Amino acid sequence: MSLLSVSGLTIRSGDTKLVDDVSFTVGPGDRVGLIGESGSGKSLTALAVTGLLPPGLTATGEVRLDGVDMIGAPERQRTAVRGPVAAIVFQEPLTALNPLMRAGRQIAEPLRRIRGLRGPALRSAVNEALREVLLDDTERIARSYPHQLSGGQRQRVAIAMAIACRPRLLVADEPTTALDVTVQAEILDLLDRLATAHGTALVFITHDLPVAARVVRDTHVMRNGRIVESGPIGALIDHPGHPYTRTLVDSARRFDAALERTARD
Amino acid sequence: MTDTPTSPSTPPAAATGGAPAGAVPLVAADGVGFSYRGGTPALTDVSLAVHAGRNVALVGESGAGKSTLLRLLLGLARPTTGTITFAGAPLTRGRLRDYRRTVQAVFQDPYSSLDPRHKIGRIVAEPLRGLGLGADPARVTEALDAVGLPADTASRYPHEFSGGQRQRIAIARAIVGHPKVLLADEPVSALDLTTRVRIVDLLASLGAERDLTIMLVSHDLGVVAELCEHTAVLEHGRLVEQGDTSQVLGRPSHPYTRRLLASVPRLSAQPPA
Amino acid sequence: MNRRSLHLVAGLVLVLIVIGAVLVSYVWLPFAPDDTSGGRLTPPGGDHLLGTDKLGRDLFTQLLIGGRIAIGTALGAVAVGGVLGVTAGLLAGFATRWLDDAFAVVLDILIAFPTLLLAMLIVAGTGASLGTAILAIGLAMAAIVARLVRVLVKQILARDYITAARIAGVSWPRIVLSHVLPNIGPVVMVNLALQAGLAVLAEASLSYLGLGTPPPNASWGRMLYEAQATVLTSPVAALAPGIALVALVVGMNLTADGLRDLTDPTRRRGRVVASDPFELADYTTVVDPALPADTTVVRRDR
Repeated sequence: MSLLSVSGLTIRSGDTKLVDDVSFTVGPGDRVGLIGESGSGKSLTALAVTGLLPPGLTATGEVRLDGVDMIGAPERQRTAVRGPVAAIVFQEPLTALNPLMRAGRQIAEPLRRIRGLRGPALRSAVNEALREVLLDDTERIARSYPHQLSGGQRQRVAIAMAIACRPRLLVADEPTTALDVTVQAEILDLLDRLATAHGTALVFITHDLPVAARVVRDTHVMRNGRIVESGPIGALIDHPGHPYTRTLVDSARRFDAALERTARD
Repeated sequence: MTDTPTSPSTPPAAATGGAPAGAVPLVAADGVGFSYRGGTPALTDVSLAVHAGRNVALVGESGAGKSTLLRLLLGLARPTTGTITFAGAPLTRGRLRDYRRTVQAVFQDPYSSLDPRHKIGRIVAEPLRGLGLGADPARVTEALDAVGLPADTASRYPHEFSGGQRQRIAIARAIVGHPKVLLADEPVSALDLTTRVRIVDLLASLGAERDLTIMLVSHDLGVVAELCEHTAVLEHGRLVEQGDTSQVLGRPSHPYTRRLLASVPRLSAQPPA
Repeated sequence: MNRRSLHLVAGLVLVLIVIGAVLVSYVWLPFAPDDTSGGRLTPPGGDHLLGTDKLGRDLFTQLLIGGRIAIGTALGAVAVGGVLGVTAGLLAGFATRWLDDAFAVVLDILIAFPTLLLAMLIVAGTGASLGTAILAIGLAMAAIVARLVRVLVKQILARDYITAARIAGVSWPRIVLSHVLPNIGPVVMVNLALQAGLAVLAEASLSYLGLGTPPPNASWGRMLYEAQATVLTSPVAALAPGIALVALVVGMNLTADGLRDLTDPTRRRGRVVASDPFELADYTTVVDPALPADTTVVRRDR
C-alpha cells in the first residue's frame, strides 16, 4: 500500500496548465526526487501533495496521502494528515519560521497540538527535537528568535518542527538552496540520517542534480509541468534518456568536470 | 608561477595573483582591513590583486567578509587599514570616476538589481550617463547584443523577464562602458542549473571578446573552477589560502579549503542504499 | 480586474461629482451666501432645492460652499502632509542610526495621537480658522506619511539597483529623483488618497465642535451642528451635509482602494509570460534540436 499515490494530477491557473498529468507513488521509507527548474511545476506538486495549494488554482486528478484525498477532502481531514503523516520543509527558512515567536515555542506548537504534550514533558520533547537536528545548545536556541539564528540553524529548526511528530512522509522543497555549501552538506547529511533512523519517506525537490544524488533513489524529472523521465538517479545520471534530462546532466557535469580537472592538473 | 602554498597559520605572502613579477595589477587590495564602528573586524590583512586576463575567484561562505571586501573594491566604503589600489596607485576620491569606468559589477539577486520602474534601455544606459561616456543608444544595443538579447529588449520592463535574462541585462549594464574589470558577486547562485551554465559561458566569452577580467565572488567551487585561473579563500575575514585555482582546489593546503571541497555535492556521490 | 476597477470608477465618479459641483459654485450660486430671505427652515421646493436653514439661507448654496471647504481642506492637508511627510521620511530613511532612531521615536509619538486630537490641540492653541485647521490636519498626516516613507526608503536603499546606480556614477540627488521617488510614489499616493478622506472628516469634526471654520462660513460639519436641534422637524438640513460628507469620503476611500489595486506589484494582471526563446536557442552544444518548442510557462520568482 503506497503512502502517497499521485495519479493524473493536473493543476490549472485559469486556462494554463501548470502541472500536467503527473503520476507517481511513494512507498513507506522511499527516497524520491523531483528534479526540475523554475516553472517545472515541482513546487506546486509538493503543495498539492500536502494539501497546501494556494487559492485560485484548480487541481484535478487524484492525490491520496495515507488514503486521504488531498484534493477533494475537506480542510479538516487534510489538516489532520499534515503533521502526523506528512510534513514539509521549505527553501527559505527566514520566511518559513514565524519571526515573532521564539524557536522553542515554534517547535512546541506541533508537539502540543498533535502529540498532546504539556509542561515538563513538552519541554523535554522540544530539547530532544533540537538535539536530534544537532543543535546541542538547546537552551539558547530555544530562547532565540529566528533572526538571531544563522541560516543553517534556522533550517534545522524548521526540520525539527517538521519531524517533531514523526511524519511518515517528509517533503523537502529546495531545503538547501539558500544555504552555504558546508551548511548544505550538513543539512543533507541530517536529512539522510533522520530519514533512515525513523523510516521516514522523503520527497526531495531540487534543480541541483548532484544534491539530489546525495539523498534520493528514484527520481522523476519534471519540465513545463510534465514528468519527462523517471528512474533510479544513478541510471539517470549515467544514461539519461530524455533530451532534457541529458541537458541537466551535461550542465551538472560541466562544473563537476571543472573541479575534477583541478585535482588532476 | 610565483604562488607558493603557505602554512595555514600565516597569511599568504604571494598576493601577486600569479602574474609575472612587476606587472601592475588593474585593481588590488593591499593589507586591507575593515571594522564596523562597533569593533569586530570584518576583514583583516587582506591582500589580493587582479591582473589583466587572469580571472580571480574569491571563495567564502556567509560572514566571511566577501560583501565587505566587495564594497571596498567598488569604492563604496574606505578600508580601516590598508589601501585599495587602482593601476598601482591608491584609490582616491578624485580617481573614483576613472575607477568606475574601469571597474563595474554584477550582483547576486536578479530581482533586486533592476529598477522595476525603469525601461531596460534606461537601465543599461545608466553608467553611460553617470560616468560621462555619452548616452548613445547604439551602445545600449551593442551591450544587449553582446549578452544575447535582441534590441527590442530596451523598450520593455524588468518584470517581463526571467531570472537568467535579468542577469544578462545586469551584465549588459555593467559592460556598456567597456570596463576592464567585472566584479561578479554570486552572479549565478540564484539561477537554475541550465541557466547557470549559460551565464557562466557568457561571462567567459565576454572576458575573451572584450578584454575583460572577471573577479568572481562565489561559494560554488564548480563555477570557480570553470571560470577562474586564480583563487583566494576567505574565512572569518582572513585570506587563508590563495594561488592558482588548480593548486588551491586541486591540492588545498588549508583545512577550511579542504572542508569546502569535501562539502561540494558531486555527481559521483553514492545514492543512499 | 473588473471588480477592482469598479471600485476606482465608482470612487472617482463620487469624488468628481463633488469637485465638479464645487467648481461650478465658483461661477454660479443659486443664491448669495448671506441671503436670508428664504424664511426659516422652509422645506425643499420652489426656488430652494433643498429648503433653507435656520437662518433662512438657501441650503443648497450652503452645501456648495461647504463643499469648497471640504475639497479645499482635502487638497491643502494632502499638500502639507505630502510635502512635509515625504521630505521628513526621506531624511529619516537616509539618516544614520542615531538620528534615525530619534526620528522614529518622534514620529511614533506624533502618530500615537489621534489625528483629530492632535489637530484640536494645535487649533486650540492657535485659534480657530480654516487655515489653522488645514495645517493641523496636514501635520498629523505628515507624521503618518513620514513613517511610511521612512520604511520604504530604507527598503529601497537596500536594493541592488541603488548600489548599481552608485557605481554607475549617479549622484545621490539623482538617485533620489530617478530611483527612490518613483518607487515610493504609488504607495504614497494611495496613502494620501486614503488620508484625504480622513482629512475631510477631521475638518468636519473640528467645525462641528466649533474649532474649525468659524461662522458664518459654512462647513458641512458646522451645518450638521446647526441642524442638530431641529433634526426631527426639518431633517433635510442635517441629511444634506451628512450625505454629502459620506459621498465624498466614501468616494475618496474607493479611489484609494482602486489605486492600490492598480499599483499592487504582486498582482501581475494574470499575465502569462512566454518562455524565452533566447535562453534555449543560443546554447546549441547541449540542447537537442529535437526538443519540443517551448510552451508558455508562468514565471515565478526563482
